[in-house]
Amino acid sequence: MSVAVAKPGEVKHNYLNAGDTVLSWLLTTDHKRIAVLYLVSVTLFFAVGGLLALLIRLELLTPQGDLMTSENYNRVFTMHGVVMIFLFLIPAIPAVLGNFLVPLMVGARDLAFPRLNLASWYVYMAGGLIATWAMVNGGVDTGWTFYPPYSSSYSTSQVTLTIIGAFLIGFSSIFTGINFIVTIHKMRAPGLTWFRLPLFIWAHYATSVIIVLGTPVVAITLLLVAVERVFRLGIFDPALGGDPILFQHLFWFYSHPAVYIMILPAMGVISEVVACFSRKRVFGYHFVAFSSVAIAVIGFLVWGHHMFTTGQSVYAGMVFSLLSFLVAVPSAVKVFNWTATMYKGHIEFRAPMLYVMGFLGLFVIGGLTGLFLASLATDIHLQDTYFVVAHFHYIMVGGTIFGYLAGLHFWWPKMTGRMYPEGIAKLAALIIFAGFNLTFLPQFVLGYLGMPRRYHWYPEEWQMLHVMSSAGAALLGIGYILPIFYLLWSLRNGAIAGPNPWGATGLEWKTDSPPITHNFEETPIVTEEPYAYENHHHQEEVASGTGASAAEG
Amino acid sequence: MVQEQAQQKVSIQFEDIAQQNESYIVGMWTFLVTEIMFFGGLFATYLVYRVANQQTFWEAHRHLSIPLGFFNTCVLLTSSLTMALTVHYSQRGLRKQQLLWLLVTIALACTFLVVKGFEYHHKFVEGLIPGANFRFEPAEHMRVAQLFFSLYFAMTGLHALHVVIGVLVMTILTVLIAIKHPSVQDFIPIELTGLYWHFVDIVWIFLFPLLYLIPR
Repeated sequence: MSVAVAKPGEVKHNYLNAGDTVLSWLLTTDHKRIAVLYLVSVTLFFAVGGLLALLIRLELLTPQGDLMTSENYNRVFTMHGVVMIFLFLIPAIPAVLGNFLVPLMVGARDLAFPRLNLASWYVYMAGGLIATWAMVNGGVDTGWTFYPPYSSSYSTSQVTLTIIGAFLIGFSSIFTGINFIVTIHKMRAPGLTWFRLPLFIWAHYATSVIIVLGTPVVAITLLLVAVERVFRLGIFDPALGGDPILFQHLFWFYSHPAVYIMILPAMGVISEVVACFSRKRVFGYHFVAFSSVAIAVIGFLVWGHHMFTTGQSVYAGMVFSLLSFLVAVPSAVKVFNWTATMYKGHIEFRAPMLYVMGFLGLFVIGGLTGLFLASLATDIHLQDTYFVVAHFHYIMVGGTIFGYLAGLHFWWPKMTGRMYPEGIAKLAALIIFAGFNLTFLPQFVLGYLGMPRRYHWYPEEWQMLHVMSSAGAALLGIGYILPIFYLLWSLRNGAIAGPNPWGATGLEWKTDSPPITHNFEETPIVTEEPYAYENHHHQEEVASGTGASAAEG
Repeated sequence: MVQEQAQQKVSIQFEDIAQQNESYIVGMWTFLVTEIMFFGGLFATYLVYRVANQQTFWEAHRHLSIPLGFFNTCVLLTSSLTMALTVHYSQRGLRKQQLLWLLVTIALACTFLVVKGFEYHHKFVEGLIPGANFRFEPAEHMRVAQLFFSLYFAMTGLHALHVVIGVLVMTILTVLIAIKHPSVQDFIPIELTGLYWHFVDIVWIFLFPLLYLIPR
């Protein structure tokens, strides 16, 4: 994009050195600082969730349940799910990378409601701390899905507290969603039309729509469970006149789209990185943009595929099955278009690009195994087995974490002004990829053989596969720890990045690294389509096609 | 007394006052969408149970007072009118009329809450508060009737909470307008409150027939 470039300022002020006190961070309304607050918080919660995963994999090393009791095992996998989903996967990309980049990418000085943005972090932390408190005071054992009547009448663990935590975290993401929608609608720089927006923005717009439409429903549903539990009412408990299936409908009405809240922002990251390191415009920009919207829309109509075996109507099951197959179409459009973007590109294998390639592989495996689960007949065999566990880890971890790490590395120079060390970053990417597959590929086999999820003992013949999975988890742990060390190291010792170390397009690269507090010296003006990589290096190739005004640099 | 709108302060993130005002209004509408979904979950729950238990819900609903519910409907609809007048006068910058109609709106909202309080009290006396002391005749319908009243209290309670929040916001606005605080110089705060208040009314428009007017 060619832009009225800001004059290079003489004083190197930026958002990081705009204030040193703790209060200047805790009371900041700067979207970039709030993104950093979120970065630190989600990393901490990720570590907690990771340790819980480690406990699970340690327990499953042996067929006997010898590390913990069944009840403690229930608590551990529940808390692993709650922490990873509500406190890491859902906020990770929108609240960290999205918070940092949405205003920069649309050429605005901040999000529309900066104080609401800060409030979102506080509400998130309140929810996170309440959930943590519940964990250390007895934990939760209902599974992260809180199915009644177990959650409402029978469980003796800290269900109410955890629900209050999840409720609050939901509101923090609603705040973020409202902020993104308004900012993207109303605060785009002059010339930045909808179809000149980076695909990262399209992805975050679709994500925000899901957050705004879905989160309130799960909030009220969880609240009803809490009310039922505290006052002993019969809203979902069949013994008291309620209908537990209704809970599942309401729960999955949000919690299935929540998967898209996790994966869509990752897809936005992939679009940015793949174009930059292939030096090409994204193939089929409009298709990729609209596929985000299509995923958001269709994603709201497939929740019943979590309930094929609960006794919902067969006809409803058939419709949900069909729609679940349908949602695979826009997802596949994206994968094909990213692949086509790489075709004949000048591909550079930087660390973010390795994560992108990893994402593509894992997402395809995760997506295709999803089709097995969307089929009514096969799902009856696979429901609640390790096949499901492996499938959703491929999408949610393979997809979201790879997208998150790709984005974190790609924009690290922008966020901190320093380059991360390339060699060890590539090594970490490879370790994570290998560790991930070693952990979760055996689980497909285990699930197919009939290993149910949420059990901590199993027949001896499955031990080999479980040992492989646990070994993979250890490798994965090493892979996750590495970036924490070298990224922190790079804060002092990394090479100075400069405004645009990747030669990337996009408004965020037109300003300093790290950016000044209000992002741009003067409001940028956009005169070009996005991803005009070819324009800058091969002027003659632009001639045919899109008819966007030619770049003048 | 015509309002000098241009003096309204533009926050740093916005280019101009128009962008700022539009952003606030789009933000409010987006918030109201989340509110619709929030109530929507409850409405869906209610409808599912009502379809499944038509007879008992009909019996249970006879314990609600239609006259009081109707009266409250009129009160809230009138408050929507007075809120619209408040917005109208604030757009013209007429401070006194604005204050007057805002106070009338607050008074109507409080009337609604008081009537609702009497209704709740009546349920308490009749033993219709869900829980250990719940009593219902015939006894074989007690469980489902308790479900009806659980939902009744959840839905009207959540709505009443929104009315209370509305009263608080309007009271704060009244004070700010009375002391000519700079943050209420233009009509946007009133406009946003108005949107919220109309939403609260519309929720009641759905609650009243759903809960009070179940056909036989």
